[in-house]
Amino acid sequence: MPKLLSRKERETLLDPLFNNNPIALQVLGICSALAVTVRMDMALIMCLAVTCVMTISNVAVSILRHGIPSHIRVIVQLTIIASLVIITDQILEAFVYEISQELSVFVGLIITNCIIMGRAEAFAMQNGPVLSALDGFGNALGYSVILMGVAFFRELFGMGTLFNVPVLHTVADGGWYPTNGLMVLAPAAFFIIGFFIWAIREWKPEQVEAE
Amino acid sequence: MFEDLLNIVVRAAFVENMALAYFLGMCSFLAVSKRLETAQGLGLAVIFVLTVTVPINNLVYQYILAPGALAWLSPAFADVDLMFLRFLAFIGAIAATVQIVEMALDKYAPKLYAALGVFLPLIAVNCAILGGSLFMVQRDYTFPESVAFGFGAGFGFFLAVVALASIREKLRYSNIPPGLRGLGITFITTGLMAIGFMGFMGIQL
Repeated sequence: MPKLLSRKERETLLDPLFNNNPIALQVLGICSALAVTVRMDMALIMCLAVTCVMTISNVAVSILRHGIPSHIRVIVQLTIIASLVIITDQILEAFVYEISQELSVFVGLIITNCIIMGRAEAFAMQNGPVLSALDGFGNALGYSVILMGVAFFRELFGMGTLFNVPVLHTVADGGWYPTNGLMVLAPAAFFIIGFFIWAIREWKPEQVEAE
Repeated sequence: MFEDLLNIVVRAAFVENMALAYFLGMCSFLAVSKRLETAQGLGLAVIFVLTVTVPINNLVYQYILAPGALAWLSPAFADVDLMFLRFLAFIGAIAATVQIVEMALDKYAPKLYAALGVFLPLIAVNCAILGGSLFMVQRDYTFPESVAFGFGAGFGFFLAVVALASIREKLRYSNIPPGLRGLGITFITTGLMAIGFMGFMGIQL
C-alpha cells in the first residue's frame, strides 16, 4: 500500500503534538491562548482560527522565502500574518458574531502569537511549501490539544457543562455539583497548564529540564 | 479629571494586570524571568514602549481609522470606516515606533539602550503591546486617558515580571519533582501570583 506521507512529512506533522509541543516545550503562543479557555466552544473557534492562519501563513512565507530580503523579513512576515488575521476576524464577525465579541481582542492578538511568527521564521523560511503546510498544521494541532484540554477541565469543573451542554448537574439547578469558581478565573489556566506540562514530562522524561 | 487618570493607571497596573489577568506578553514573561536583571530590562522596555505606542495608536485611531474619522480631510470621507484595517495599522505603527525609539535611544541615551538590549526590537511582537492598543480602542479612551493607560499597563507588567523573576531565583534552590522543574513550576507560581493580584479587584479611587 503506498504511504500517503513520507516518513519526514509524518514526523513534521506529528512531532509537535507531544514530542515537541509548542506550548509545553517550546513555550510559544501562550499569550493569546489562555484567556479563551473558559469555554470549549470559544477555545474551538480560537483553535480553528489559529490553525487556518498558521497553515496559510507558513505556506505563504515558504513560497516567498527566496524573495524576502533577510533584514526586513520580520515586517514581511508580520504583514502576511496580519492580513490573514484581518480576514479571519471578518469571517468570525460575519458567521459567529457572539463568540467573536467574547473573544474580543484575542483574535487580533493572533498576529503577535509567537507560534505563528516562530514557525514562519524557524521553519517556513528554510523549507518548501508542502512541508511548511504540514509543519504549520502540526504545530496548530499541538497548540489545539493543550487549549482544548485546558478548556475541557475549566468548563467541566467551572460550570458543569461541555460545549454549553450540562454534564454535571449543578447545585444552582437543584443538582449535586457545586461549581468551582476558581476554574473560571485566570489563575486556574496557569495551574492546569502547569499540571499538563508535569504530566507530559512524566510520560516523556527526556523533556525534563536540567537542574 | 486627574483622579480619573490616576484611577486608570491603578486599574491598568493592578486590577487588570496585563500579564496576570489577561495573559498578555506571556511568552517573553516566562522566557526572561529566569534572571532578575533581564526581567528588569524587559519590564522597563515594556513600560517605555507602551507609554509611547498606545497614545500614538490612539491618534491613528481617532484621526484615520474610526468610522467617519477622515472627515477632517474632506466632508466626502465622512462615512468611511477603516476599522477593519486596525490590526495592520497598529502593528505597523508599533513596529515603526519601536524602530525610531531604538535609533533615538542609541544616539541620545546609549546607556539605557545598552540596558534594554535585545528586548527593545523583540517588543514589537510582544502581545502586551498590541493588546494595549486594542484595549484602548475597545474601551474608547481619550488621548490623555490612553497615556495613563499605557503607562499603567506597562508598570503592571514590570511589577509582575520582576516579582516572578525574584521568586524563580529563589526556586532554583528548592527540591522540585523533576517533571515539574522549570516551566511547570513557573506556571503554577504565576497562577499563585495571579490569585494574589486578584486581591486588588474592586479597588476604585
